[in-house]
Amino acid sequence: MRRILLSLAAALLLAGCATTELRGTGDLGIVIERANGRVAIVDTTTKSILGSVAGLGDLSHASAVFSRDGRYAYVFGRDGGLTKVDILAQRIDKRVMQAGNSIGGAISQDGRLVVAQNYTPGGIKVFDATTLELLSEVPAQSKVVGLVDLPGQKFAYALFDKGEIWVTDLSNPRQPQTQKFPAGQQPYDGLVTPDGRYYMAGLFGEDGIALLDTWQSEQGAKKILENYGKGQEKLPVFKMPHLRGWAVAGNQAYLPAIGRHEVLVVDKSSWKEVRRIKVKSQPVFVMARPDGRQVWVNFAHPDNGWVQVIDTLTGEVVKTLQPGKAILHMEFTPRGEHVWLSARDDHTVAIYDTHSYERIATLPAQSPSGIFFTSRAARTGF
Amino acid sequence: MQRFFFGLIFASIATLACATQAREPNGIDSPELVRLVRQDCGSCHGMTLQGGLGVPLTKEALAGQSAEALAIIILHGKHGTAMPPWKTLLTEAQAQWIAQRLVEGFPEETR
Repeated sequence: MRRILLSLAAALLLAGCATTELRGTGDLGIVIERANGRVAIVDTTTKSILGSVAGLGDLSHASAVFSRDGRYAYVFGRDGGLTKVDILAQRIDKRVMQAGNSIGGAISQDGRLVVAQNYTPGGIKVFDATTLELLSEVPAQSKVVGLVDLPGQKFAYALFDKGEIWVTDLSNPRQPQTQKFPAGQQPYDGLVTPDGRYYMAGLFGEDGIALLDTWQSEQGAKKILENYGKGQEKLPVFKMPHLRGWAVAGNQAYLPAIGRHEVLVVDKSSWKEVRRIKVKSQPVFVMARPDGRQVWVNFAHPDNGWVQVIDTLTGEVVKTLQPGKAILHMEFTPRGEHVWLSARDDHTVAIYDTHSYERIATLPAQSPSGIFFTSRAARTGF
Repeated sequence: MQRFFFGLIFASIATLACATQAREPNGIDSPELVRLVRQDCGSCHGMTLQGGLGVPLTKEALAGQSAEALAIIILHGKHGTAMPPWKTLLTEAQAQWIAQRLVEGFPEETR
């Protein structure tokens, strides 16, 4: 009898272990700790840090994409390191040094290819997502910005020094086919609309945005929001804005102006400017909450302690917050009830309720910058 | 009396030594400026100053350039590039301090 009880207890214990070990990754994410070459693994349900993974090199400018199963994060570091992090096991699965100076990357529609965009040497490199084996590369003789995945194993990106948009087809990943389109002066970043159709490159060297309809790419890139500065002298831009598909809220896109303290709103069917919204300073991230009702904006140095919220129904700033020192990045939970903000100089991550604007939690992190949740795995252009 | 003088001199030297660590003459808060360069200039030039969208600012990359010329670029920006003028945020003395240290090899953050 005693034996039976013992084995029953053992079985219960095992069952207990099994339930704590099995879990999904849909509510997990990573926070880049830029000064330490480390990422923290976070849980958005319990609003806690589960662990951290070190040894990722120079993360002074880092970004990440996720495998389609949401288990692995591919982290692109400034020093050209590409690290595949196993979020569940909390360890590095694979790591390669793939360039001298890198800025980010993207993952293909089918999740089998990871592509890095590099400054030195300029161009893109294509890797097998499982093994990180180098499959091919497209040299560009220019810094590459704004790399995004497109449907059909394609990738779009912009060339800062050449003023072009390139679309590379990786249907055969060892033989890239590239189309080139003139875009405008000094594209600084790019985005694709959430449906994967329109690629936009923000221009730094002139007022405007280059727009390519990838469904009809033979028509080439056209310019929208041209001359939004109306020849006025630009205010200094102490940090480059960042673009991604989060710019789109409903039928409108919200884009940072360059050298003007404004958010520009364009209608997504006519691509005409419909409004401009005065904000606190030079916008850096202009991010729509996943439902599109709000747009959150952070700012360049020296106003990076501020965050403003735009109500997309009225087009007005409805809230101004000071969540901490040097707010570098924001990330919404998958359905947008919370937003996580990194406060680099406070060494904290602040979590806000997006309905009440109440701060609901604060987590410690060393010089946090980018925050990336696994829900990006299912979104084109993330 | 002699002891008093010694004490006074010693205390003054100690204060001075401390002051030079954090604050240089003409009111330059050096740790603050080191942080600004590493973190905020670093968003374009890289935290390690190896370059990014902006050019590298390592000692090797700046070889042959004068601190005076760099200070002018810091204050007034560089036309045709993304380098903004910092004159609204930095004094001439601060720009000169940064430029001089860049040419010599920029210090690491200590806090």
